[in-house]
Amino acid sequence: MNGDVSFIGKDIVSINDLSRKDIEYIMDVAETMVPYAKGEKSGRILKGKILGNLFFEPSTRTRLSFESAAHRLGLDVLDVSEMSMTSMAKGETLSDTIRMVDTYCDAIVLRHPHDGAARLAANVAKSPVINAGDGAGSHPTQTLLDLFTIKRSMGSIDGLNIVLLGDLKYGRTVHSLSNALTRFGAKLTFVAPESLQMPQDIIDSLTANNCKPYITDKLDDVIESADVLYVTRIQRERFPDPAEYQKVAGCYRIDNEALRNAKKEMIVMHPLPRVNEIAPEVDDTEHAKYFEQAFNGIPVRMALLSSIMGGEL
Amino acid sequence: MVDEIKVARIRNGTVIDHISPGQGLNVLKILGVNENTISSTVIVGMHVSSNKMASKLKDIVKIEDRELDQSTVDKIALISPDATIVIIRDYYVAKKFKVEIGDHVTGLARCSNPNCITNKGEPICPEFDVISRNPPVLRCSYCERILSNISDNLL
Repeated sequence: MNGDVSFIGKDIVSINDLSRKDIEYIMDVAETMVPYAKGEKSGRILKGKILGNLFFEPSTRTRLSFESAAHRLGLDVLDVSEMSMTSMAKGETLSDTIRMVDTYCDAIVLRHPHDGAARLAANVAKSPVINAGDGAGSHPTQTLLDLFTIKRSMGSIDGLNIVLLGDLKYGRTVHSLSNALTRFGAKLTFVAPESLQMPQDIIDSLTANNCKPYITDKLDDVIESADVLYVTRIQRERFPDPAEYQKVAGCYRIDNEALRNAKKEMIVMHPLPRVNEIAPEVDDTEHAKYFEQAFNGIPVRMALLSSIMGGEL
Repeated sequence: MVDEIKVARIRNGTVIDHISPGQGLNVLKILGVNENTISSTVIVGMHVSSNKMASKLKDIVKIEDRELDQSTVDKIALISPDATIVIIRDYYVAKKFKVEIGDHVTGLARCSNPNCITNKGEPICPEFDVISRNPPVLRCSYCERILSNISDNLL
């Protein structure tokens, strides 16, 4: 493991704050956490400490996996899952809420609807803050678990052909993920209808990091060379015309026929929830990694919590 | 054209020279010059020929009886990174310097992202990391978005 990396007390706000070395360290710790995350071993290394789990926006996977990770590590959890149940409903600022919660716990996990809320919380709190998604902004723990899933499945991330498909314009997971992948020399392909393609500022930042993504709207042209197919949900509400949505959504539905030319070892990932962009028949193939990806949220979040709160197995 | 500007010398005040062409009116906005606030002479030249500018054109503003504070100079730098500030006292140049942009900008502009936490009534000052000085490109330190249209978002 990278012995010279220290995460104690560190805020995890944006994937851009983490170097390749930092990311590799977290993935190494996460690997050791897997049997504990599955409940095969017990390691309550953070017993006696308290985590503030503040979710001011609906979330299933992220909230539950943070809670599960915390319990596996022996943490007590202060859980807030609705803004209407807090003083913020009375008009309290987020800054004041964070200052107050900071005195009640040893680390804070925050999901919030406003972009940059986690940076504010990190600036205000003395305890470390982990961003669990702020608005359309960052979701660094999702990116870390995505990278961990690729590494576990493929052995390494370096030089892989990674195809990102679907809503690349609004999906925050694909923005952070593509930025992080450039640090591993991955080759990126963006498959989306023109109206949902990757924003130019993201493409510019990738190009500045020596990654020139290939952009297309046809999955068929690139599926053969893909090592990873990362599918995202195309959201109906982005289309004013329902007929236009049906047309686009139908084009990007992944079923066994769409995967007929894929490499045998190619993996399909999805940050979930899926609606109908991946057919259930794919679930039974070797390609499907999205449920494993959802599980990987637990060892990765255990790794983060133990690293920033000072616990070691 | 140059002669016309020389005619309008000011006795005391500030000349803001080498303003990027087209930004002269935005400099007036930064200075807070409008019909209610003009108490002394203000001279504006737009698209004046200049060999020092890459575009061979510049804007220039002269404002009498006023010297600029640091915050005003910093805002001018954000819309016109080649600008020069000349302080005039009794017709002579008392001080001349180029505007500068640091690595980090605090409290000079608001984030153009309406969903950014800095636009949500929190007791915080907008902050930006400077990605490029010329042309100026600023990234919000909170939401990490690039600030679009700097002149429209100056505080």
